[in-house]
Amino acid sequence: MGETIQSVERAAAILRLLASGPRRLGVAELARALGLPKGTLHGILRTLVHVGFVEQDEASGKYRLGATLLHLGTSYLDVNELRTRAINWADALAGRSRESAWIGTLHEGHVLVIHHVFRPDDSLQTLQVGTYLPTHASALGKVLLAHDPYGEALDRPLEPYTKHTIVDPAALEEELDLVRTRGWAGETEELTEGEVAIAAPIKDPRGLVVGAIGIRGAVERLAPGGALHMEFVSYVRDAARAITRSLEHP
Amino acid sequence: MPTPHYVAAIDQGTTSSRCIVFDQAGNIISVAQREHRQIFPKPGWVEHDAGEIWEAVQGVLAEAVGGAGIGDGRIAALGITNQRETTVLWERATGRPVCPAIVWQDTRTAPLTRALAEHEGLFRERAGLPLATYFSGPKIRWLLDETPGLRERAERGEVLFGTMDSWLLWNLTGRHVTDVTNASRTMLMNLRTLAWDDDLLAALGVPRAMLPEIRPSAEVYGHTPDGVPVASALGDQQAALFGQTCFAPGETKSTYGSGSFLLMNTGQEPVASKHGLLTTVGYQIGDGPATYALEGSIAVTGSLVQWLRDNLGLISSAAEIETLARTVDDNGGCYFVPAFSGLFAPHWRSDARGVIAGLTGFVTKGHIARAVLEATAWQTREVVDAMNADSGLDLTTLRADGGMTANNLLMQTLADVLAVPVIRPMVAETTALGAAYAAGLATGYWPDLDSLRANWHKAAEWRPAIDEAAREHGYHSWKKAVARTLDWAEQ
Repeated sequence: MGETIQSVERAAAILRLLASGPRRLGVAELARALGLPKGTLHGILRTLVHVGFVEQDEASGKYRLGATLLHLGTSYLDVNELRTRAINWADALAGRSRESAWIGTLHEGHVLVIHHVFRPDDSLQTLQVGTYLPTHASALGKVLLAHDPYGEALDRPLEPYTKHTIVDPAALEEELDLVRTRGWAGETEELTEGEVAIAAPIKDPRGLVVGAIGIRGAVERLAPGGALHMEFVSYVRDAARAITRSLEHP
Repeated sequence: MPTPHYVAAIDQGTTSSRCIVFDQAGNIISVAQREHRQIFPKPGWVEHDAGEIWEAVQGVLAEAVGGAGIGDGRIAALGITNQRETTVLWERATGRPVCPAIVWQDTRTAPLTRALAEHEGLFRERAGLPLATYFSGPKIRWLLDETPGLRERAERGEVLFGTMDSWLLWNLTGRHVTDVTNASRTMLMNLRTLAWDDDLLAALGVPRAMLPEIRPSAEVYGHTPDGVPVASALGDQQAALFGQTCFAPGETKSTYGSGSFLLMNTGQEPVASKHGLLTTVGYQIGDGPATYALEGSIAVTGSLVQWLRDNLGLISSAAEIETLARTVDDNGGCYFVPAFSGLFAPHWRSDARGVIAGLTGFVTKGHIARAVLEATAWQTREVVDAMNADSGLDLTTLRADGGMTANNLLMQTLADVLAVPVIRPMVAETTALGAAYAAGLATGYWPDLDSLRANWHKAAEWRPAIDEAAREHGYHSWKKAVARTLDWAEQ
């Protein structure tokens, strides 16, 4: 094992101590228990309060574990929960855009389709929930890649699906930068000839991207003349923001 | 460019009142919602304050219409759908309720319904209903018996009765009317004549002078003070049938909430049930003939998932049932019959209590989660079989709505056990949509039923994916599990 960082070890010791009982602890008690000077403790506690791992009681000045820390291990958002919260907004997106609506999450380097609303034209369509899409060749995937905190989804060659698929890693990085800057992703005949898609990120209350929502349809409808119709982009972004808000206020 | 017009629907439900504004394509433009108090004065008693509900309705109406920036004169019609059977009595002179409203869930009339047992055949034959505490008639009788002087005032027409539709129509338009679907839940209306029936009134001891005029579900009843035509009233389950555009005989909708309600359109003749369903009016548009429906209710579906969450703690949110169920491939031989307060349609056995059958050392919480979802599917199958047998019609697709339609595994299981496709429509708010459709039809906002059908779109479809042998094996096991629930509670 290499070198360890002393202040992190001390922070961990404080958290363990605060977690050991229901009682709030003051600086003097912590200093005594840990054998550290109060001044050192103040600095670490201030930092822990700042990140929300520790809370200070205003009246007594004593400390206890913060709500952020308590939620840290249990904040994973179940995909079925995400579908339940998003279902009305996905219906509205399909209704407004007259295209099929899709929600995806990242799963082992692929986009897992967790929700699919048919295009409202009563044509024969098959439910695609549970299928996978490639990340680099789909709008949903680009949104998820652009906001993937682990960044590990890119560790393999980029397979071409059409002649428009982005296969150069540098070009993909550039595209993901654009997705982050604009707040949405486009896909122009990169997965299927004649098909266009748009997607935007769904965020949890911590601001982490937990999924992407988008629409998919024929190039003649969504991008007549070659350029994506911005009206459709705003429908998708509105839906993404509405779902993000509904995750904040269950 | 002509000013776009919208239709608004008030959905006066058991726990809250909502107002939803729709456009011509059936898209939701705005929503407002307010809850009201549930009053539990004694075990088994459930009351609402009708005055509080009227205030909530005024609030949501103003908010959904005004708050959405929809100006005056842009609402083409207002429709009403409501919790059914809940009973309000008020004073004609002042419009003030004379007592708390008795809610459909309230069971205070249990002794009274037992005392009325000699008339059971009459209620079945004329009203299409079993003798049960839900319906309004016994609730009115209880209030007249228990409140000194009330019967005399009711006989003089000074005190009026209404279900929630009637109470809202009185306040909105000043008229004392109700619609046929709500009237069909009172045990006082003759299903064939669509009029109050003297024999039923006599059996229940309810004076005619206190009853509203029975009108079709869609016609202009009057206007709000702002001049908006109030043009529909439908009980909530009937409104969902209409919102799902089940206009042809055999078309069936199922709403999945805490409990579930299946309604099958049976056309223009009431079908008497021999299989434990009840007969009700589906809707009546203007002076057209009434369309009837068979109704089957299942007491425990979504609430079983909540039970798994709240009482067993196996999941932390209702949606996680699907995640847990997908950790295994099948039910592991386990069947869960949630007869928590007896079995409803088609069994009607109050002596039944819940069982988990087929337990072995192999069974995990994942298998139990599967069995929980399958319980909703098999209970639906039993009601559908009863409907097919009573109506002579065969279900060809099931139109599902309600919160549980977000559960893909449940929807697939339903398609598997029913052996028909299950379809979720694009607009999940089928109840409010049905009231809006009926109001829009009455005012010419929509020209005909075909224009409403054109608005209905599939959002998703699940097709049967198991073979007949597997289906029959599962159903056989389910029936064995059901048999094991019977004769448990001793009454």
